[in-house]
Amino acid sequence: MTFPKALDDFLAWLTATPVAVAIRENDVLFPWIESVHVLAIVLVVGTISIVDLRLLGWASLDRAVTKLMGDVLPWTWGCFAVAVITGGLLFSSRAPDYAHNFFFQGKMVLLVVAGLNMAIFHAVGNRDVAHWDTKPNTPRAAKVAAGISLTLWIAVIAFGRWIGFTLI
Amino acid sequence: MKSIDALCWWLEHTSVSQTIQSIDWIVPTVQTIHILAIAVVAASALMIDLRLIGVFSADRPMKDVSARFLPFVWWPLLVLLATGAIMITGEPARSLKNPAFMVKMSLLATALIVTLLFQFLLRRDPELGSAASRHRATATSIAALSMVLWTGIIFAGRWIAYYS
Repeated sequence: MTFPKALDDFLAWLTATPVAVAIRENDVLFPWIESVHVLAIVLVVGTISIVDLRLLGWASLDRAVTKLMGDVLPWTWGCFAVAVITGGLLFSSRAPDYAHNFFFQGKMVLLVVAGLNMAIFHAVGNRDVAHWDTKPNTPRAAKVAAGISLTLWIAVIAFGRWIGFTLI
Repeated sequence: MKSIDALCWWLEHTSVSQTIQSIDWIVPTVQTIHILAIAVVAASALMIDLRLIGVFSADRPMKDVSARFLPFVWWPLLVLLATGAIMITGEPARSLKNPAFMVKMSLLATALIVTLLFQFLLRRDPELGSAASRHRATATSIAALSMVLWTGIIFAGRWIAYYS
């Protein structure tokens, strides 16, 4: 895939910044940042799946949906912020290579779709939550959104792992 | 030849190992499953630990939180063991002769002992994790220790790739 010149210029600039150079040239910075990235993404996916399993009607059925979301999602968002920051740092170290990697591109698309799925669920599917908040069974729209979410996050992990095997 | 070298040599020449080495999608797929199982364990342990400290589901009894999440700390370990064994078989020296792998296994053993300690304490003190509990400080210590250990396990796991 060829990129517009402005994007190529940006990637070249990013990967020449002192932070990017330091991460690229230092022996231990990359693994340390990567470890934090893995910890963060693992907790993002683990905590989201807790909510998804409730929405599917498979687990935490004795807990109201809104209560569970209020308990779990702040931790999800906190970890997501850490994953984005550490991911950005890792990306900067070899920006053009990552940007041109198929699995990196795929991972970004999956993240956008996961975000849209969540936004649509909160705007539409979750609007009548008061009617089914404490019921073990959930409406079809909630189940569909949760199923899509779980599938997308599993794919995000898979694509992320494949980046490491395909980055030249 | 040291016995560990002999073991690695034998293992990597088995037909199972040869198969894992020759098909390129096996290792990334197995690693993906391994990470997903870790996601379940780490998030479940975190929910229990946060409840112990009192910053998660404080209106819900510890025993209910434990009943929901504790099985998800233990059962995925079987998946982790199986996928871990496949990775070791495919490239034995990468882990068996790796200090990061030894650290990871030691931390894992400690984390499991801490989890058992939590279960033992919960059985003796059903109020565990509440303000009324007599074991407030112990509960917080167990939670902090558990979070540090699981973080260490994930870090050491990633470092295996850099110590070969």
